[in-house]
Amino acid sequence: MTPKTLTLQDLLRTDFAPGGGTQEYFVNMGPQHPATHGVLRLLLKLDGETLRQVIPVLGYIHRGIEKICEHQTYRQIVHLSDRLDYLSALANNWCVTRVVERAAGIETNERIETIRTLMAELERLQSHTLWWGVFGMDLGAFTPFLHGFRDREELTQIFEDTIGARLTMNYIQPGGLLHDLHKDFAPRVRAWLKDFGTKVDEYDRMLSGNLIAQKRLVDIGALSGDEALGLGATGPVLRASGVPWDLRRVRPYGVYDQLDFVVPVGEKGDCWDRYWVRIEEMRQSLALCETLIENIPEGKTMLVKPAAKIRLPEGTFYEELETPRGIFGVHLHSRGKDMPWRFHFRSPNLHNLWCITKIAPGARVADIVAMLAGLDLIVPDMDR
Amino acid sequence: MAVGHAEGPGQNLLLTRLEDVISWARSNSLWPLTFGTSCCAIEMMMASGASHHDLARFGAEVTRPSPRQADLLIVAGTIVKRMAQPLRTLYEQMPEPRYVIATGACVISGGPFIYHSYSSLRGVDDVIPVDVYVPGCPPRPEGLFYGILTLQRMIRERAGLKHPEERRAPVTAALPEGITKQEIQAEMLELFEAQGRRNVHEEYRRTVSDPGAKGAYPGRGERG
Amino acid sequence: MSDWLEDFIAGKEGAELLADDRPRSLLLPLPALIGSMQALKAQGFDMLNDHMAVDNPEGEHIRLLWLLCSTESGELLRVCCDLPRQQPVAPSLNALWPVAEWQEREVYDLFGVLYSGHPDLRRLFLEDDWEGWPLRKDYEDSFILEPGKP
Ligand code: SF4
Repeated sequence: MTPKTLTLQDLLRTDFAPGGGTQEYFVNMGPQHPATHGVLRLLLKLDGETLRQVIPVLGYIHRGIEKICEHQTYRQIVHLSDRLDYLSALANNWCVTRVVERAAGIETNERIETIRTLMAELERLQSHTLWWGVFGMDLGAFTPFLHGFRDREELTQIFEDTIGARLTMNYIQPGGLLHDLHKDFAPRVRAWLKDFGTKVDEYDRMLSGNLIAQKRLVDIGALSGDEALGLGATGPVLRASGVPWDLRRVRPYGVYDQLDFVVPVGEKGDCWDRYWVRIEEMRQSLALCETLIENIPEGKTMLVKPAAKIRLPEGTFYEELETPRGIFGVHLHSRGKDMPWRFHFRSPNLHNLWCITKIAPGARVADIVAMLAGLDLIVPDMDR
Repeated sequence: MAVGHAEGPGQNLLLTRLEDVISWARSNSLWPLTFGTSCCAIEMMMASGASHHDLARFGAEVTRPSPRQADLLIVAGTIVKRMAQPLRTLYEQMPEPRYVIATGACVISGGPFIYHSYSSLRGVDDVIPVDVYVPGCPPRPEGLFYGILTLQRMIRERAGLKHPEERRAPVTAALPEGITKQEIQAEMLELFEAQGRRNVHEEYRRTVSDPGAKGAYPGRGERG
Repeated sequence: MSDWLEDFIAGKEGAELLADDRPRSLLLPLPALIGSMQALKAQGFDMLNDHMAVDNPEGEHIRLLWLLCSTESGELLRVCCDLPRQQPVAPSLNALWPVAEWQEREVYDLFGVLYSGHPDLRRLFLEDDWEGWPLRKDYEDSFILEPGKP
């Protein structure tokens, strides 16, 4: 017997008042909604003010990247990868680069790996400052937005000096790095890190202790560790639920194995823990960057001919790494050509999104905004 | 602002002046809709909300989440087939006169997703009429500002009280017809100097006029 | 790493280890899938990291791949299974890992693989009335533009 398939209409036709209780109704949130950060659409099934069910409807930015990748050379795919989760563009580049390098057997040197690690950590800071600003705005506080974006802008300019782009950055390439570091890079980063050290404490003073923020975050959207694992959550969302799963620690890549850092882990997995884990991660990344910027070894930054065609052997390859939002993975199925047969991205945001179907029922309708902000979702990465 | 309207019978002085005043006011109080689908939206946020670039200097910072309160639609980010219908609805909900700026390669032509994609639209002008195109992937905040300044000039010159629908052909904000690259650079120069930041364009011009100059354009010169 | 995997497949008809380096891959026949997955979950693979499919028109099959991860040992394991291209029906793993529900919807959306026992088999990204399965190699759509062709 062929399994039965459904459409969205079938869901909307479900029984509205089971057992003759109060009548339930649907409210549409998105695709154009300021709190969904893009074009995520959520169908909320409500009973009065209480959420009964959340149905995410995706596809409003499904660009067909996996199909496009089947017609691109491996170097071009690196450039597509940073249009997925544009706030962790460099981490995405790095992941694609790693899978290509491993399949092609390209070895890198210490300098390249150190700079890659440093860039990834700086980008984690850049991403988390934006998250913090938008998080505040979603809760109704506009000041964090201004502060978060102010600090992010500085860092964006530092990246721009070296990389030449502000947002969709392309720096990590198979075989090395696109350019060497700009001559102002180290002094500017040092100055920024020094400055930012005080800013994190300022963030804490500004929002963390705020009574309204506490009331809206503590005990809202709690998710246990087992549930989070079953739902495929990764990154800060999983760690906030008490599972210390950080690829930088359990399967180190880059130069993380030589670095000393703490993986912040939450207890209850509520919105507050997710907030706290990210704030703590900022502190850890700050310390990592301070170590890395002083210890960049000398060496070449590009080890292969930048224009050389890359042809990979047959096989299926997989690599994953920890972006600011969770585990980003790349499956590459090669048939020995210079283009992949199938290219698949494991998206951290898509997997984190499903947590909302678990944590939202029973909550109030205003809490869904806090929950979405705590999950920190990037919609183009979900839809690909 | 002082551009008079094409005179016709029944066109009196007062009305012409009133139209000018209204277009002037309208051009300086654009209310953009908070709408963004992907990467370009972040740069738009950096430009419009954040303190460094500060769109408020140009009178367009009141972003509204509801299309009924907005008159400028900045389409930032790829539009796919499934989004086309909601986008059209958004556009139609906006009150007249309404203006559209398309930012980024994706909404101009399909950008990186032009080939082999079964869902990305190749240009948002299939769905809604566009006034100004701002190229880039994503455009820098300065690029978006240039687009907004271009739109403001268009509003002052053309759309009057009696002709909210009258549009001239859409322009590309990078190189509008009749405006030279030098003029744009001069305008950007003012913008940068007003900010007291290092002037990239000035340095770039120096590199171009004097190829021997080293390390002028950030991140390029010293690497040759 | 241990050789428990070789012991694991020893008793199974048609199961084989693929000569892939890392992560290690296991090819299972369709009937053994659910039982093996249950056993693997009991072994400590508590995280279904990802699920995808690869089309293979010459072989007339679609290969499904599951990527399992153990948060205890940190080990990754890939499980593969071939389905006939004309009648691709696989069992749903929704009962073991809730996330499978949505991963399977994605594969259904893009490859047209049907999952028996799935509670809510809908398209994930595309509209419900979309025709065809876009990531199959023989997908044809007059909308798609190719370089060099008008
Ligand atoms: S133009 Fe570039 S930056 Fe803008 S949405 Fe398209 S891919 Fe993203």
